[in-house]
Amino acid sequence: MKALAFTLLAEPSERLDLSPLTPEGLAGMTRRDIEAIRLGTSKRGLKVGDAFRVSGENVNTIVFEGGSNRLDCVGAGLSAGSVRVVGDAGAQAGRKMRGGVIAIEGNVGPHAGSCMRGGRLEIAGNAGDHLGGPLAGELAGMNGGMVIVRGRAGAFACDRMRRGVAVVLKGCGDYAGARMIAGTLAVVGGTGRFAGYLMRRGSILLDRQPQGLSPSFVECGAPDSAFAAVIDRYLVSEGILKRPLLGQAPGKFGGDNAVFGTGEILYRR
Amino acid sequence: MQHLTVNGVTIDDTFAEAFGMRATAIIITGPNRKWARQAVVTMTGFATSVIGCGCEAAIDVELSPSQTPDGRPGCRVMIFAVSTDELQKQLQNRLGQCVLTSPGSACFADLKGETELKMGAALRYFGDGWQVSKKFGGRHYWRVPVMDGEFLCEATTGMTKAAVGGGNLLLLAQTSAKALVAAEAAVGAIEKVPGAIMPFPGGVVRSGSKVGGKYKGMMASTNDAFAPTLRGVVKSELGPDINAVLEIVIDGETSDAVAAAMKAGIAAVTELGPEKGAARISAGNYGGKLGKFHYHLKDLLP
Repeated sequence: MKALAFTLLAEPSERLDLSPLTPEGLAGMTRRDIEAIRLGTSKRGLKVGDAFRVSGENVNTIVFEGGSNRLDCVGAGLSAGSVRVVGDAGAQAGRKMRGGVIAIEGNVGPHAGSCMRGGRLEIAGNAGDHLGGPLAGELAGMNGGMVIVRGRAGAFACDRMRRGVAVVLKGCGDYAGARMIAGTLAVVGGTGRFAGYLMRRGSILLDRQPQGLSPSFVECGAPDSAFAAVIDRYLVSEGILKRPLLGQAPGKFGGDNAVFGTGEILYRR
Repeated sequence: MQHLTVNGVTIDDTFAEAFGMRATAIIITGPNRKWARQAVVTMTGFATSVIGCGCEAAIDVELSPSQTPDGRPGCRVMIFAVSTDELQKQLQNRLGQCVLTSPGSACFADLKGETELKMGAALRYFGDGWQVSKKFGGRHYWRVPVMDGEFLCEATTGMTKAAVGGGNLLLLAQTSAKALVAAEAAVGAIEKVPGAIMPFPGGVVRSGSKVGGKYKGMMASTNDAFAPTLRGVVKSELGPDINAVLEIVIDGETSDAVAAAMKAGIAAVTELGPEKGAARISAGNYGGKLGKFHYHLKDLLP
């Protein structure tokens, strides 16, 4: 069976909420039913058929041909199967996903992977602010799974992260890993100021010594680390990195001592 | 008893009788080969027999840096016990006292099974609140701060109930020296068989036992039928030309591993021939009534 493809007809006239278009949400639906699903978020209320040409039938493999930063919530709540976007996506891509794979070949807006619990979200371009982070009022951000940003991530990447692995390959903005509860954020290409700000536990892994940390982080030695070897090999074996991130004996800053203080920023020396 | 002969070595038409056991496998690594081995040797010390040691343990295979999870030299270790509770207790105590303490060591699971045994999940409390949990790639690790850095230990490892303990070969020779040469050849061959260990010193037992004894409370006593100095006074299994017997005891992850190990051992000993090594190969059993697994030597000939 051919993948179920949604070909964008033109730049949408309003922001679209694509969260109904997942394998689980579309299972058992006819093409006519799918084309009648309302995606628009304004009073115009665009339907699938107004914005996309639908082809193919395999709902477990969904492809969006053509992207736009108005395509919000791509693959939100995904539990199995795959979603691919050939182009950009808007806000909250992969929000609350629990399984399956989302691949976005362009850039994404804010809150990509927000509160995700499982699965793999891979973004070939850049991500906006609050990668994996919670929406206002939510207590925890990313809660499992893996998010990979091949480009750059904005500010507050992995804000309030609780579990899982996030990797950013071309640097982060300010407050990377702020308020982390646990989990792992790996960044190649440097972070902005205040990485790990108010983190309680968790690990931020860097390819260089961090600059502009909160003064409540303290230097914590650099012994040989089997953990560094294991995670380096894991990231390389997954095809995420080409060479080890931390090396044999990474340096460590412990913090944030303004709060719980058992988090860590490990960096290649 | 009928006898077969391979390259001049007599093979008894008998069988080894073995028992179902619980087993697990782990990988222990270190900063270099010496210290990886040291952690393993310490951990598997005093682990020759479940009769007195609680478990039977030894190195399965040595691993090159490219074969271990952290890219350092290591060993795959197998541990066998008679119950899940005892296996958990032995694993935890030996990891805590022998591996956690060894410089630069790390410990990883290397067996999948329905039942999980705690490793880091129990040892993490040594961290006194500073231990760190890490989950990635479907595995769960604990990092415990210690004086040379961190002890990295996977949270759990799997246990198999399909393991077999007590596969054995008896190597009968004209002299002690020839028996030892034959035993060393068998051990060398069996070491190459994956999933099989030989828990006794250097893989060899010189004090094979029978069940029970004349003294009250003795679970096992000397195998007088194979003791050359008792040849004239008991119902001996030894002919006039046999003056030394050594036993190889084999525990395997599966029954097939035990069979493969015994086959490799027989091949090595028969290749050596009676002039250099053993004149006869036999095996220990209890009449076939106690153990579920029987390995007939005639089925394992090279």
